[in-house]
Amino acid sequence: MEQTKRPRRNNKVRKYGVLLFMMLPGLIYLLINNYLPMFGLLIAFKDFNFAKGLLGSEWIGLRNFEYLFKTQDAYIITRNTILYNFTFIILNTIAAVGIAIALNEIRSRIMSRFYQSVLLLPHLISMVIVSYLAFSLFSMDTGFINKTIFPLLGIEEISWYSEAKYWPYILTMISMWKGAGFLCVIYLAAIVGIDQEYYEAAKLDGASKWQQVRSITLPLLSPIIIMMTLLAIGKIFYSDFGLFYQVPLASGALNDTTQVIDTYVYRALMNLGDIGMSSAAGLYQSLVGFVLVLLSNYAVRKFNKDSALF
Amino acid sequence: MNTIKGEKQIWLHLPMLILTAVSVLPFLLLVISSVSDEGSILRQGYTFFPDKFGLEAYRYLWNHSEQLARAYGVTVFITIVGTASSLLITAMLAYPMSRQDMPWRNATAFFVFFTLLFNGGLTPTYLIYVQYFDIKNTILALIVPGLLMSGFNVLLMRTFFMTTIPPALIEAAQIDGAGEFKIFWRIILPLSMPIVATVGLIQTIIYWNDWFNGMIYVTDSRLFSIQNILNRMLTDIQFLSESKFSSQLGEAAASLPSTTVKMAIAVVGVLPIMALYPFFQKYLVKGITIGAVKG
Repeated sequence: MEQTKRPRRNNKVRKYGVLLFMMLPGLIYLLINNYLPMFGLLIAFKDFNFAKGLLGSEWIGLRNFEYLFKTQDAYIITRNTILYNFTFIILNTIAAVGIAIALNEIRSRIMSRFYQSVLLLPHLISMVIVSYLAFSLFSMDTGFINKTIFPLLGIEEISWYSEAKYWPYILTMISMWKGAGFLCVIYLAAIVGIDQEYYEAAKLDGASKWQQVRSITLPLLSPIIIMMTLLAIGKIFYSDFGLFYQVPLASGALNDTTQVIDTYVYRALMNLGDIGMSSAAGLYQSLVGFVLVLLSNYAVRKFNKDSALF
Repeated sequence: MNTIKGEKQIWLHLPMLILTAVSVLPFLLLVISSVSDEGSILRQGYTFFPDKFGLEAYRYLWNHSEQLARAYGVTVFITIVGTASSLLITAMLAYPMSRQDMPWRNATAFFVFFTLLFNGGLTPTYLIYVQYFDIKNTILALIVPGLLMSGFNVLLMRTFFMTTIPPALIEAAQIDGAGEFKIFWRIILPLSMPIVATVGLIQTIIYWNDWFNGMIYVTDSRLFSIQNILNRMLTDIQFLSESKFSSQLGEAAASLPSTTVKMAIAVVGVLPIMALYPFFQKYLVKGITIGAVKG
């Protein structure tokens, strides 16, 4: 028996050699693209020097974090990131569920499918194109709002790209414009899957349409709404870089309301070359993000085991 | 069908029509702006009803098309090569993971899965790619970082293989003497076209739309994709007048119809997606649903 142990292991490698070999490109890729950067996070504790490289740079303990948290920056970017994401999650969910319920009530399947396709279209467009669309609306000198809408209403022109106070509204609207159609697809699929017998029974009991929505559709939809929301909360420390950097045209004047963790990390790295600050903020994001994913998954698991990631 | 009756349907269609308009009108404004006369835009702003239409923006792009054609070539190249390699790598990793008899199956699954939970973020990724792999200003910079963003698509494919391909089929092929790679290539992949199409579509859109990798890794304008040109034009006002677009014929920057040219390039960049959307829309909807509900 003891004798056969080693050969058996070799057999395994021989038998599955081709399969193991097939996995190599993907595994090596993940090692380089995903795992190396995880270890690279250690530069947050180093005084990074290009000549000395990642490994050779000197350790400086928590000094990068001291700098980061001493300034207002850490507070502002955390506040902005979380507030924006919370708003997006709530408004996008309400819009998507509302639209999905309405689409399901439309008798003409062709029209219903047409609406769904059109509403999904903005989801496919890159944020660069979105920033052009926004520019055609908000540009100071040639924007549609300043040049066409405001004169009609007799309102003074607004210099959108230098006034921070308007951007929470603008970014929220763009997020809904781009994201609600996507969520709607998911909710509509769930509504279509609801057993028609519930509605038949409700109708026999004389329930109105509104009562049916409130007592059948919404309760049966709530597991997936809760699950999608929890998953989104798990990602609340990350934001869409393009939305916050590209759409406001990277304007520094708007930093107060458009700076989020992702744009902060980018600016510190690419514009300021401040790798210490950038890596400290990055590690902060990765770690808190990791904890949030674990927590949200724990919550999903409690709630519905099948929907949990693990 | 249990739907709201008769004339009341109008109260469903009305809001939907408004939302449809909200979704589409910005694109319409973009297209109309691109075929407007430069002078009338400077007077009226971007508008749905310009005083005068004009194709000078497109004429200008056509006459100075070298960089634009190049950028289009870059975009098409990275989209095709990127999507094909990405699909191959994803499927080759997912298939062995789906086999019940595969050794180290759970360890591999965890290795892939963990990338969904934790990531190093921008700074270390950038430094590693730039310092150790010297990826700056190469075409690889536009392809490699997007191959597998995380293990998500791998897990999606693995689930598909596990739930739709009967193990008996693989055993039968093995008995007939087919090698593992032949089984994968000749049996598994052809049977898995729905998931291959879905993941392929997602990757195609990702590559076509990508501007971030170009922005951080590429400074050489010969390697700019359409998205990068668009990106630079909007945030860097000088870009259009300094670049090859105007310098080619030694033309004065003043003659550049810049407000309309911007919009025309954006139209050119978004057109392929718009034109093909009706054809792939069905697969996209399917992809979103399986992605969310993750088998």
